[in-house]
Amino acid sequence: MADADDRTSTPSSDAALLRQMVRIRRFEERAAELYSRGDIRGFLHLYVGEEAIATGVMAALEPDDAIVATYREHGHALARGVPMRAVMAEMFGRVDGASRGRGGSMHLFDASRRFYGGNAIVGGGLPVAVGLALADKLAGRKRVTACFFGEGAVAEGAFHESMNLAALWDLPVLFCCENNLYAMGTALARSESETDISLKATSYEMPAWQVDGMDVRATLEAARRGASMVRSGSGPCFIEFRTYRFRPHSMYDPELYRSREEVEEWRHRDPIDLFTSTLRAAGALDDASMAAIEADVAREIDDAVAFAEASPIEPVEDLERFIYTGRPEPSEAAS
Amino acid sequence: MTTDGARRVTYRDAMREAIREAMQRDERVFLMGEDVGRYGGSYAVSKGLLEEFGPERIRDTPLSELSFVGAGIGAALGGMRPIVEVMTVNFSLLALDQILNNAATIPHMSGGQFQIPIVIRMATGAGRQLGGQHSHSLEGMYAHIPGIKVLTPATIEDARGMLWPALEDRNPVLIFEHAGLYNVEGELPAESAVDIAQASVRRAGRDVSLITYGGSLPKAIEAASTLADEGIEAEVLDLRVLRPLDVASIVASVERTHRAVVIDEGWRTGSFAGEVSAQIMEQAFFELDAPVARVCSVEVPMPYAAHLERAALPSVEQIVSEARRLVRGTAP
Amino acid sequence: MPSLGADMDFGTLLEWRVQPGDHVERGQVIAVVETEKAAVEVEVFETGTIEDLVVTPGTKVPVGTVLAHIASESVPPASAPETPAPQPSAPEPATPLHSTAALPAPAAETPPPVEQPLTPAPPATPEPAAASTSAPAPSVSAGTGRRVRVSPLARRRAEQLGMSLEGLTGTGIGGAITRDDVEVAAGAAAVHASDAGPSSMVATAAPAAEGGTALERMRAAIGAAMARSKREIPHYYLEETIDLGATMAWLDERNEHRPAHDRMLAVALFARAVALAAVEVPQLNGFWRDDHLERSEVVHLGLAVSLRDEGLVAPAILDAASKGLEQTMAELRDLASRARRGALRGAEMGSATITVTSLGDQGVERVYGVIIPPQVAIVGFGKVSERPWARDGMVGAHPVVSATLSADHRASDGYQGARFLRTIAELLQQPEQL
Repeated sequence: MADADDRTSTPSSDAALLRQMVRIRRFEERAAELYSRGDIRGFLHLYVGEEAIATGVMAALEPDDAIVATYREHGHALARGVPMRAVMAEMFGRVDGASRGRGGSMHLFDASRRFYGGNAIVGGGLPVAVGLALADKLAGRKRVTACFFGEGAVAEGAFHESMNLAALWDLPVLFCCENNLYAMGTALARSESETDISLKATSYEMPAWQVDGMDVRATLEAARRGASMVRSGSGPCFIEFRTYRFRPHSMYDPELYRSREEVEEWRHRDPIDLFTSTLRAAGALDDASMAAIEADVAREIDDAVAFAEASPIEPVEDLERFIYTGRPEPSEAAS
Repeated sequence: MTTDGARRVTYRDAMREAIREAMQRDERVFLMGEDVGRYGGSYAVSKGLLEEFGPERIRDTPLSELSFVGAGIGAALGGMRPIVEVMTVNFSLLALDQILNNAATIPHMSGGQFQIPIVIRMATGAGRQLGGQHSHSLEGMYAHIPGIKVLTPATIEDARGMLWPALEDRNPVLIFEHAGLYNVEGELPAESAVDIAQASVRRAGRDVSLITYGGSLPKAIEAASTLADEGIEAEVLDLRVLRPLDVASIVASVERTHRAVVIDEGWRTGSFAGEVSAQIMEQAFFELDAPVARVCSVEVPMPYAAHLERAALPSVEQIVSEARRLVRGTAP
Repeated sequence: MPSLGADMDFGTLLEWRVQPGDHVERGQVIAVVETEKAAVEVEVFETGTIEDLVVTPGTKVPVGTVLAHIASESVPPASAPETPAPQPSAPEPATPLHSTAALPAPAAETPPPVEQPLTPAPPATPEPAAASTSAPAPSVSAGTGRRVRVSPLARRRAEQLGMSLEGLTGTGIGGAITRDDVEVAAGAAAVHASDAGPSSMVATAAPAAEGGTALERMRAAIGAAMARSKREIPHYYLEETIDLGATMAWLDERNEHRPAHDRMLAVALFARAVALAAVEVPQLNGFWRDDHLERSEVVHLGLAVSLRDEGLVAPAILDAASKGLEQTMAELRDLASRARRGALRGAEMGSATITVTSLGDQGVERVYGVIIPPQVAIVGFGKVSERPWARDGMVGAHPVVSATLSADHRASDGYQGARFLRTIAELLQQPEQL
């Protein structure tokens, strides 16, 4: 199925970076609307405010590299090239969704793009990323596994075990910590005795540093540097992206845990605004080209929604498919 | 009885031979776990393999069940055929998140895009006075989880033969090796075809079915021979695979004998024996000439003292007594 | 009312932050809603002008309820999907014109607008050949009245052999009857299921038959049950002759121009009247067990059906009081036909709580039935014949029938028995009510 946005490599030009961030932002806003309408159900974790990270990191990766993401992964999937139609249809629970409607918002998968899922267990993806990298190392392949997680995962045992294994065995993992300062409603300082997360990674003897996660050029640069170190075979790298989510943890929450002033302050560092200002100041962006990006993105989203609405649901008779591999699959047997 | 070329080996040797053969046949296969290399395996299953295959493929891990089981899952996703050894079933709980939330779940949750051809081996069961954190039988709990396969080799032949089909299977497969079996010695036929799908009748009989698996199989066989002296012919059915369960063989056995005793070293409440019993009730109710009986472990954390541990576990005497009760009823 | 979380079904509107006529921008907070978790600000996804506020503050409404109408300012782009129609769960479905959007639109709980393909119903499982596999366990009582334990296999074997479990001694766990017990008692461990013919469906309980032909076994079973009845049950008998003028007239009208297979028979009206009377007089409906009457809530109406050659079965119309006359007739016809083919179902056998026997077509005037244990009554009907009958001071030829009641004196007395027969007589005066 040829799709309009079916591409696995993401150009890293300024225009492409901007377009990608706007694409994620508008997609998330539409998702919020569709959630309110009831078209999307379950938990819905939006990436609004954090777009620069997935955009920058994905632009630094190769098609052969692997991605392990979290439950806040629409942006990662879109930036990786998972078709917007498939992402939207998944959230609608339809058969044309990225996971045939069996995953939902938190579990987007795409084997052809080596996108190993949204994982909804905090820290649950880290050991898997370590194993993907181990497979590459054992097979002698020069590939990178980019593993995303929030700062909340740092409190999990899986984080420490995985850091240790990856460093101990010199595995090619690019650890990407998206530090948005709150694990659901718990501020970093309320959950960690040492709040400098990159310091924890350093203690496992791997290169680690902090990056401004609101600056897409900085995230791209950091990811390029990290990926190239990892690809060279010297072992894992750790990047802490300092960021902020502008919306509540899940679709809505009363946001009792942070102040309105704090949110407003961070909004001044909106990654899209920052980047457009930079581009405008440099004369690289005008109103017309910005409007063109918005119109283009709006069309793509409208198309994705229409596609999702038109997509059929999985027949209930197929409920027990994909539990075990090796059984004849009804549709495969038929074809 | 000895077939041509048959050898006497221990269960442990049979398992080691199976790993060695798999490593030789497929270079994607590697073994990882705590002390599988330099130490030679906590139950000495992997002794000598490090020297033969080197530290990349016989990989010692830190004490991090969660991450090395998870890494095995990732490596399987990445195209390898990992054998992950967990020292004992109680420790596997540290990795339960990865086994349930990832290995069993991702294939379905991804709409069938991914397979996880991992084999996770672990020792299970009691009988060696290891106390309340090294002695339990939790395979029935794992058999509750759709998406994984659960194997319980109880014979030398299965110890030798189940690993390769498990590695060829594209699903996550858990192999539970009863720690009391490692030293058991027996005949290993030169040629054997072992599947990982069906239950097997280990002894034929017409009066009562003794349905069991793993470490309880030798007890059931001994019970059957005691019963034979009393004129009761017991059939012994070795389930071999707890998930997916071979219900047809269970029903067929009950159709022959009309009575069943299910023996399971797990705790009685919510036990795998309970599942077998329910299947019989659902599928073979009108074949039953007596209620199904269960012989399970007493519901205590496994005690250390030998007499207490013995009292907590299914015994040959209990199996004989239950079978006798079903067959003889109140008659003299 | 927008869906503000996966667990939200209702929300209470706390306040409006806008008034009708206000201009609102997409993303603007326009209201505050109280959920189970907290007060949450509601943003709007349309830019436009508030037309009216539908829900007043303090009201709790389900997710999907229209809170307000907004006149949209932007004409949607041509490629945009149509604004979805409001879902039926919205109490006041807005009818959005092209420029009006329901806010915030459709219900969370309603499924997406695709038609769900109907799952084809699985093919009905064919009735198993052996009726026993679907038969509920008949209640078997020993002399003690205690429920007898029988293994499922033994029960099936007994049915295959056409023998009763009554009186058998169990050797299984807790004295349960096992297959061996059945086969030993039958003296027929080698008897195969195929030996048992249709007539094995003996309605009555009898001691184990000692092999022999199916007919012999049936005779033995009937004999045992009837002997026990006469031995144990203190019968009393009442009789009433009932005017069937109204009944026969109604029947003639009902059957006019109908083919034979569609005719209503008088016995159907009798059966119906007995069923209703048994509800009225519950002392006659149930089982005598353990030295007391177990009244039955429902009436399973046994019908004595004589088989062509010899023998008798008494299958039941289950819950007969709840079935209309036409259905009673249909079931009666079906039962008789299947009884003679040997195709009765387990549930129909041995479950009767009261029985009707009608020998009218054999020309007898009246029949004094023998109660089938553990039931406590049997009602007999003779032939319908014209007799001189005085009514309203006039003597005329009237069709009449003789109804008899044989009842268990342990369970009821003549007073209840008389009331029961009178009820039947009264019911038969208004056949259209049956």
